[in-house]
Amino acid sequence: MSGEPSFTLDGQQIPFQEGQTVMQAALEAGVYIPHLCFNPEFTPHGSCRVCLVKVNNRMQAACTTPAAGGQTVQSETEELREIRRGILQMLFVEGNHVCPACEKSGACQLQAVAYYVGMLAPHFKHFYPRRPVDASHPDAVIDFNRCIMCELCVRASRDVDGKNIFAVEGRGIQAHLVVNTPSGQLGATGFSLHDKAAQVCPTGSILTKHRGYDIPIGQRLYDRKPINVVGDVAQLPDSQGGRRHD
Amino acid sequence: MAESSMLTETIRDIVQHHGGMPTRLLQILRDVQDRLTWLSPETLERVAEELSISPNKVRSVAEFYSFLYTTPRGRYDILFSDNITDRMLGNRELLHYLCSRLKVSIGETRADGLVTVGTTSCTGMCDQGPAALVNGYTLTRLNPSRLDGIANLIESRIPLAEWPRELFEVYSNLRRADILLGRHFADGSALRAGLKRGPEAIMEEMVKSGLRGQGGAGFGSAAKWISCRNAPGNVKYVVCNADEGEPGTFKDRVLMQDFADLVFEGMTLCGRVIGAQHGFVYLRGEYRYMLNPLKAILQRRREAGLLGEAILGDASFNFDIEIHLGAGAYVCGEESALIESLEGKHGVPRIRPPFPTTHGYLNKPTVVNNVETFAAAAKIAVEGGDWFASRGTAQSKGTKLLSVSGDCERPGIYEYPFGITVHQVLEDCGAHDAQGIQMAGPAGHMISAQQFGRRICFEDLATGGSFMVFDQKRDILDGVRNFAHFFVHESCGFCTPCRVGTSLMRDLIDKVHTGHGTRYDLEEMCKLGRIMQAGCHCGLGQTAPNPVLDSLDQFPEAYERRLRSTAYEPAFDLNAALEEARQLTGRSDPGAYLNEEDLLVGAMP
Repeated sequence: MSGEPSFTLDGQQIPFQEGQTVMQAALEAGVYIPHLCFNPEFTPHGSCRVCLVKVNNRMQAACTTPAAGGQTVQSETEELREIRRGILQMLFVEGNHVCPACEKSGACQLQAVAYYVGMLAPHFKHFYPRRPVDASHPDAVIDFNRCIMCELCVRASRDVDGKNIFAVEGRGIQAHLVVNTPSGQLGATGFSLHDKAAQVCPTGSILTKHRGYDIPIGQRLYDRKPINVVGDVAQLPDSQGGRRHD
Repeated sequence: MAESSMLTETIRDIVQHHGGMPTRLLQILRDVQDRLTWLSPETLERVAEELSISPNKVRSVAEFYSFLYTTPRGRYDILFSDNITDRMLGNRELLHYLCSRLKVSIGETRADGLVTVGTTSCTGMCDQGPAALVNGYTLTRLNPSRLDGIANLIESRIPLAEWPRELFEVYSNLRRADILLGRHFADGSALRAGLKRGPEAIMEEMVKSGLRGQGGAGFGSAAKWISCRNAPGNVKYVVCNADEGEPGTFKDRVLMQDFADLVFEGMTLCGRVIGAQHGFVYLRGEYRYMLNPLKAILQRRREAGLLGEAILGDASFNFDIEIHLGAGAYVCGEESALIESLEGKHGVPRIRPPFPTTHGYLNKPTVVNNVETFAAAAKIAVEGGDWFASRGTAQSKGTKLLSVSGDCERPGIYEYPFGITVHQVLEDCGAHDAQGIQMAGPAGHMISAQQFGRRICFEDLATGGSFMVFDQKRDILDGVRNFAHFFVHESCGFCTPCRVGTSLMRDLIDKVHTGHGTRYDLEEMCKLGRIMQAGCHCGLGQTAPNPVLDSLDQFPEAYERRLRSTAYEPAFDLNAALEEARQLTGRSDPGAYLNEEDLLVGAMP
């Protein structure tokens, strides 16, 4: 049992390499820890807090906590499920998420994670914020009502596409996603469907125009199997109902 | 066109004055706003151009800080401090009084662009409130006659520089001194001791002293200095956290105002020990009135050979200090958010580890200490670690400055050895009828009279220094509600449980406060509080539910008497929801209200 270091996750030994986080090591070992702002292709952000785990009895975000030999990590406990459910419910009431009317329903990571943690209703009082929809771009539409502030599009556009199209402005509950042009319109940017930023949204905020309901409800990504089996929508190829344009 | 080139000129001058450095962005925006009263989209674009950075970076900073305005403000911008201690002293009545004198609504700019009147978080003048800021400068001890004078000055468009000085007078109210403030300190003595004995010996004294971070977190100061000293790299930084934002705290203000040499000397000594040549004081925006006096003290120290190059004639001892002014963001008191702000960004706390001692300012090893910690370090260098450790308790050596305010006869600064009981403090400050104390500010703990025997130290009641007294005639829920609104305003918005949770908590406490709460709502508050404590990214969100959870535990009767007997009450107010329909139909007759009681509420201004 010498050589590779490991930690235990819900009793299971998880090997890791130096420099990996708890999340990265768990995913590599095929163990799912629910997450939204984490995407294995990007530097961890730690903002959604859905991946909370108990590391040696302390609450930590799995995506930002370095793995260390001998750690005891708890993930699938009722306590953590309840906290995660609460955080998901917060995300749902903060924006305007109307799943039955959303083209992304069934292939939405937010919805799938919500089901995974056992969330059946938003529970908290809805904020009903007034947010616009931006349909100025010929190929894509942004519905800010569904934004959960994960900043994946911000990171993808800045770090991968080199376009820096998105940003977050404001503070506290006023913080919101913006498009980086004087008009604030996506149509005025060089945004393209081939951008990484077009493929990373875990909700239905950034949608492709002209192709609605290609896959019927009932046959969508998460309709038959849960997210811990299927994986993240952004990590799956288009042919499997994912976002990746291979 | 001429106007636009003048704008470019103005901005170019300011940017050049700051060396064209993007790390100075917050300072640049403050200066630009001073000149133009607000930051228009065009202004922000120009600043970005002059600094050659992306416009969204500039906008995100401008949108983040409370004291930066992206909508037009009056030439006179008045912000009433709205801490619970200001409220106890009647600030709301005064706010309404001034608004009616100036014929302006709260938070709005008067049509002629002359004046704006609004509110802001605690300005650190709790011992001499109600307080306010005018164009960022502190006004104290407000009352109707002072406000009459202020209204006249504004209507007559008298420049701020010509306003009577007594309006801006800030008292120190130093009520009790112990070893830190009681004994005279000779400028330069700590540096001389440092040079004579060497960095290792100073660190040894620091270890012996047992000094812990006086901002409230209590991390061992020697361990921090040693870790930073041992961190690889030639460029290191010393940062003094003077972003004293915790409501009810004002001891750092008094230290900076009356003991700045002691603080600067502690920073310089730290620079010598860890091998840093550059220090920053992050001074909270609310203490702007101190900026020029502090700069003058720094200059005097340079001239005396206590700062700058070849300190005390030692060619190997170079260290200088720069003051960075905040702009109204409580979260910047968190050390990694403070560093972000120093770098010219919006203040979102970083992911830790790595910690600032290895990856701080510009990712270089950095010591961030509280004002009081640096002051104590300077004294320890002179008097020795044993001297400091002779006061206090086993785990909490030395003394602590308390900022005492609220319902007591003698509010002000009290220096005590660690281990003092709450009861003793109450007796000394003349609080004869206390029902509770908000200890260490809203992020700390609320305790009731049964616990006044507890001791102030890290083993028992840890504190950064805030001590707010509520007497028997106060409604505890007024305080809880004030704190809940404070956290909504100060959440940075980065992580979900704080961004959303603070608003949910505010709505729940408002619901109970207005008599619409039920037992179910109290359970909801507990559940929500637990999620925030467990899940938030930084200390702000983790401690934000404390006032609610503590008061539920310590003052259940304050809730009980307001509860509806029903098991459940909807979160929305049906009568209020009908208001839009009433306005659309122009109805105000009794039939348009659900019942008589609502008619009265609805008719209120």
